[in-house]
Amino acid sequence: MLHIVACIKQVPDTKIIKMNPKTNTMDRSSAPAILNPYDAHAVEEAVRLKQRYGGVVSVVTMGPPPAVKAIRKCVEIGADEGYLITDRAFAGADTLATSYALTKAIEKISEIKPVDLVICGKMTIDGDTGQVGPGIARRLDIPPLTNVNKVVEVNQSEGYVIVHRKLEDGYEVIRSTLPCLFSVEKEINEVPYSPLPNMLRAARYQPVIWAVNDLGEIDRTLLGLKGSPTIVAKVWPPEKPKGGERLEGTAQEQVSRLMEILQEKQGLFRVKEEQV
Amino acid sequence: MNLEEYSGIWVFLEVKDGQIAPVSLELLGAGRQMADKRGVPLAGLLIGEGVASLAEMVFPYGADEVYLYDEEIFRDYRTESYMRAVLECVEKHKPEIILYGATSTGKDLASAVATDLQTGLTADTTMLDVNAETGLLEASRPAFGGNIMATILCKKHRPQMATVRPKVMKALPPDPNRTGQIIRETIELREEDIRTKVLEIVRETKEKVRLDEADVIVAGGKGLGSREGFELIHRFAEKIGATVGASRDAVEAGWIDHQHQVGQTGVTVTPKVYFAIGISGAIQHIVGMQNAGLIIAINKDPEAPIFQSSHYGIVGDAFEIVPILMEAFQKMPDKEVQYGGKI
Amino acid sequence: MAEKFDVIVVGAGPAGTACAYTLAKAGANVLLMERGEYPGSKNVMGGVLYRKTMEDIIPEFYKEAPLERPIVEQRFMMLDKSSALTFSYKGLEWAQEPYNNFTVLRAKFDQWFADKAVKEGALLLNETVALECIVEDGKVVGIRTDRPDGDVYADVVVLADGVNSLLAKSLGFHKEFRPDEVALAVMEVLKLDRKIIEDRFSLEGDQGCTFEIFGDSTKGILGTAWLYTNKDSLNIGVGAMLSGLIKHKIKPYELLDYVKNHPMLRPYIQGSEQQEYLAHLIPEGGYKSMPKVVGNGVIVVGDAAQLVNAIHREGSNMAMASGVMAAETILQAREAGDFSEKMLDMYRVKLLDSFVGQDLKKYKDATHHFEKFPQYFEQYIPMMNRAASQMFTVDGTSKWEKQKKIWRDIGTPKEKWRMARDLMNAWRVMK
Ligand SMILES: Cc1cc2nc3c(=O)[nH]c(=O)nc-3n(C[C@H](O)[C@H](O)[C@H](O)COP(=O)(O)OP(=O)(O)OC[C@H]3O[C@@H](n4cnc5c(N)ncnc54)[C@H](O)[C@@H]3O)c2cc1C
Ligand SMILES: Cc1cc2nc3c(=O)[nH]c(=O)nc-3n(C[C@H](O)[C@H](O)[C@H](O)COP(=O)(O)OP(=O)(O)OC[C@H]3O[C@@H](n4cnc5c(N)ncnc54)[C@H](O)[C@@H]3O)c2cc1C
Ligand SMILES: Nc1ncnc2c1ncn2[C@@H]1O[C@H](COP(=O)(O)O)[C@@H](O)[C@H]1O
Repeated sequence: MLHIVACIKQVPDTKIIKMNPKTNTMDRSSAPAILNPYDAHAVEEAVRLKQRYGGVVSVVTMGPPPAVKAIRKCVEIGADEGYLITDRAFAGADTLATSYALTKAIEKISEIKPVDLVICGKMTIDGDTGQVGPGIARRLDIPPLTNVNKVVEVNQSEGYVIVHRKLEDGYEVIRSTLPCLFSVEKEINEVPYSPLPNMLRAARYQPVIWAVNDLGEIDRTLLGLKGSPTIVAKVWPPEKPKGGERLEGTAQEQVSRLMEILQEKQGLFRVKEEQV
Repeated sequence: MNLEEYSGIWVFLEVKDGQIAPVSLELLGAGRQMADKRGVPLAGLLIGEGVASLAEMVFPYGADEVYLYDEEIFRDYRTESYMRAVLECVEKHKPEIILYGATSTGKDLASAVATDLQTGLTADTTMLDVNAETGLLEASRPAFGGNIMATILCKKHRPQMATVRPKVMKALPPDPNRTGQIIRETIELREEDIRTKVLEIVRETKEKVRLDEADVIVAGGKGLGSREGFELIHRFAEKIGATVGASRDAVEAGWIDHQHQVGQTGVTVTPKVYFAIGISGAIQHIVGMQNAGLIIAINKDPEAPIFQSSHYGIVGDAFEIVPILMEAFQKMPDKEVQYGGKI
Repeated sequence: MAEKFDVIVVGAGPAGTACAYTLAKAGANVLLMERGEYPGSKNVMGGVLYRKTMEDIIPEFYKEAPLERPIVEQRFMMLDKSSALTFSYKGLEWAQEPYNNFTVLRAKFDQWFADKAVKEGALLLNETVALECIVEDGKVVGIRTDRPDGDVYADVVVLADGVNSLLAKSLGFHKEFRPDEVALAVMEVLKLDRKIIEDRFSLEGDQGCTFEIFGDSTKGILGTAWLYTNKDSLNIGVGAMLSGLIKHKIKPYELLDYVKNHPMLRPYIQGSEQQEYLAHLIPEGGYKSMPKVVGNGVIVVGDAAQLVNAIHREGSNMAMASGVMAAETILQAREAGDFSEKMLDMYRVKLLDSFVGQDLKKYKDATHHFEKFPQYFEQYIPMMNRAASQMFTVDGTSKWEKQKKIWRDIGTPKEKWRMARDLMNAWRVMK
């Protein structure tokens, strides 16, 4: 019986976010809150492993009370239990403070039932760092396995896992001791359309909600803004295309100029060789 | 923590296929500037097996020193072993700043190290600067799906760390006369202490991605004139490994399936490069692609509104321009450039 | 094992939610099923919510519901190419409690309303599409959804799935629409600074107004356009009979573009930014196209039962009222333990007795009438504009002279006669 904990986060849908052109601030209210898309894959992978090996899937999130909605989404995918840690004290956390709070929560969940495996998404679309997963692993002192795009085997009795880690140009096959932590790529699975019984269960589901005081012994100076070494000093809108440069000259010259620009900025093109 | 104890700027030298990864050389370029501004040395941190010979290679790119860990246990990159080396080295030599490439290896290593050092780490930086007096690193990065830029500071902890996207910094032109000092380090680390093993490394080429996840999009519009004309878009996209997008008018004309439609009633895309070819630039189209990193328009009408919304515009007939472009790509010297760079 | 509820309500629009709310409040075990991401996410409405029916369900709802603005002025515009004849009523008695009507954004309102039902104990299920009714022995016993293991059962199923009710169709309650039974409406929400809206429309504070626009707004096709004020956005739209659109080969969004660029309307929306674009059908068939609304174990409510007053652009209120009547009927049936068609038929009787049935009867010929005689839109509105222009242009001609000219403008005696008859008929269907 595996106990898998997936870390999930509710995020604003950054694809829809609007900028207020006057104040240069983000109109966060314009973007609906969704389950971080990468985390849906984390939960799905946990559910698949549960189906393969038997076990329980818990999800944990740190966030404001409406994050209950994201937990319900995970129950739809097939998670069994959900834990929301929510407290003023967590506000303003960077990745270091986030990984601390989540580690405390996972330790607490472990008291209920020992945790074998933690699965995170590759990254969040708002924080966008991918640092929280490895942070949790370090704090729990278990191996962090990032960029996982395939789980070959989880062997609980012998205490090891075999996974594929995605590289820029391929993958590596890794064997690690269990317990450990995966950060998973989107491509690891497809999240299927949830069955109706899961939907009904999710609609009714009430997650466990913990505040800081529920997490046992905890160093408050490591939480939230206080516990965050990084601060956001300023934000500004990225350069918007404002009637950019018109390239000059003959067709050939314009293309040459464009190629120069692309060479300066790219790193993106892999040209298919002409068939000879 | 006494911040004064920490001095010097480090770059983690990533080794790929027996070479120093391009991103590390780029970081040496950026690091050199900051080190000069601060008047401190720039060091590379090189970890691996049989990599000693590579140490010499980085001096021409601006490094003053290289800390070298050359041991069998470092043959493959593994978080736990590499992390140990970095942690020990930091403890010993106390740098004020460490930069890593925002590659899968760099990000993985930096995240783990930052947690153990209990210090700040800024991910996917695209701009770097340092305060000459205080040594405070100003690391800026896109946030919220590229909707804003944010400058991030780490005031009370050292070392300050950042991962930096490939291709955004510039490597210095190598100066063969530059030399530096190699500092050999050793570490007590037994294979039994490392909980992960690399069983195999498999190289493969990448397959295509979906429109909303695509890094490069070639989008065509009504200006292509016909289904046959639209073939040009497919050919160009295939050539440069891009995904095909389209305007609504092209979709409604039946030249391409709706799922390729970009815009208000189609998909919102945020690729790094967006080619708009034969697209007039109606607002409904623009809203779907305006957050692309680099927008290049090709349109034969110099007054087309698309030029207002693009970074670079070529006025001309798509059927003339695109074939020349494809040829130019074919001739591009560095064809297998590293994937994953962001603009 | 598939679950069984007392009642399944399909569709969390005003009709379905009103029904689920009433049932849950009375202690029934209700499943409210919605295909959208959340209630309101897919819903379209010009945006006027009538107070009365809503207040019958939740007294003083306006104190907490997410409403945009109470409407204090209603304008009617008869539009020609470059002119408009406008009349309006503005009354400040509507600016205070209990108000008259409100503008609403359905995406917010529906969500709030459904949440109220959930608080009463209804189970809300989003992102789930009801595919068909499960029928056993001639009785509807549940719903088959599009999800794996997707069957769910109930004593009664309420179909509140909107105008194009596939479920009612699959039961054979209604047939496919004829193009002259539905209007196609398209609308946009345009973001505009609050302050600008209030200045432009002469509104004080939270007050709102509505424009109903006839004539050139639909290029002569039977239909209307509208412009409503929300808090910091405008709602502009146009609806026209599908048959007319087909005949004139006009795409609905072209019509909307035309309205937005009309010189009489353009100044009101200037500087706004498009936020949303929506399209939807409105049943306009009225009383005569009302389908069968009751069967064994099933009741049809709201738009699904074609309960829309095309003339007064009412719909949400009828939807809610029908939802409540269905709920009341079901509660009675529950007591009797009888969910047969005969028992549930009480709903139909109630419905026809209520304002919903009465109003539908009253206007039963209106749409058909206007549809048959395009001259109302094509000729008379421009004519009224010309007449007004004549009368109000001070150019030294005597008012007598002007009236004569206007009279001549109508045409030959035969045409005059026809107009008189048309106006009489219009009066007759509307009165
Ligand atoms: C409610 C609504 C929603 C909409 N949603 C979308 C949407 O999601 N996505 C979308 O794209 N549109 C959408 N539209 C449509 C949009 O308004 C435009 O009509 C559409 O984008 C125009 O497509 P186009 O640029 O391909 O065609 P056109 O406007 O016809 O432009 C063709 C362009 O090609 C140029 N051209 C012609 N020949 C050549 C040549 N040989 N070489 C180079 N250039 C050439 C012309 O100069 C012209 O600028 C929507 C419209 C509405 C009303
Ligand atoms: C453009 C326009 C302007 C209007 N203006 C006004 C106005 O100003 N004032 C007014 O009172 N009325 C107006 N109406 C009419 C009003 O919108 C409708 O009468 C009212 O919404 C009907 O409510 P309903 O609950 O019956 O249906 P809907 O509001 O259509 O709700 C049906 C619900 O069922 C869901 N659904 C559909 N099929 C399924 C399925 N198979 N499975 C699960 N869920 C499903 C839908 O997603 C939807 O949420 C307007 C209508 C339109 C189109
Ligand atoms: N607040 C949070 N609550 C739970 N998990 C989180 C939270 N933030 C980040 N994570 C997890 O860490 C991963 C990486 O996040 P990030 O470092 O923010 O990109 C996410 O995909 C989640 O799995």
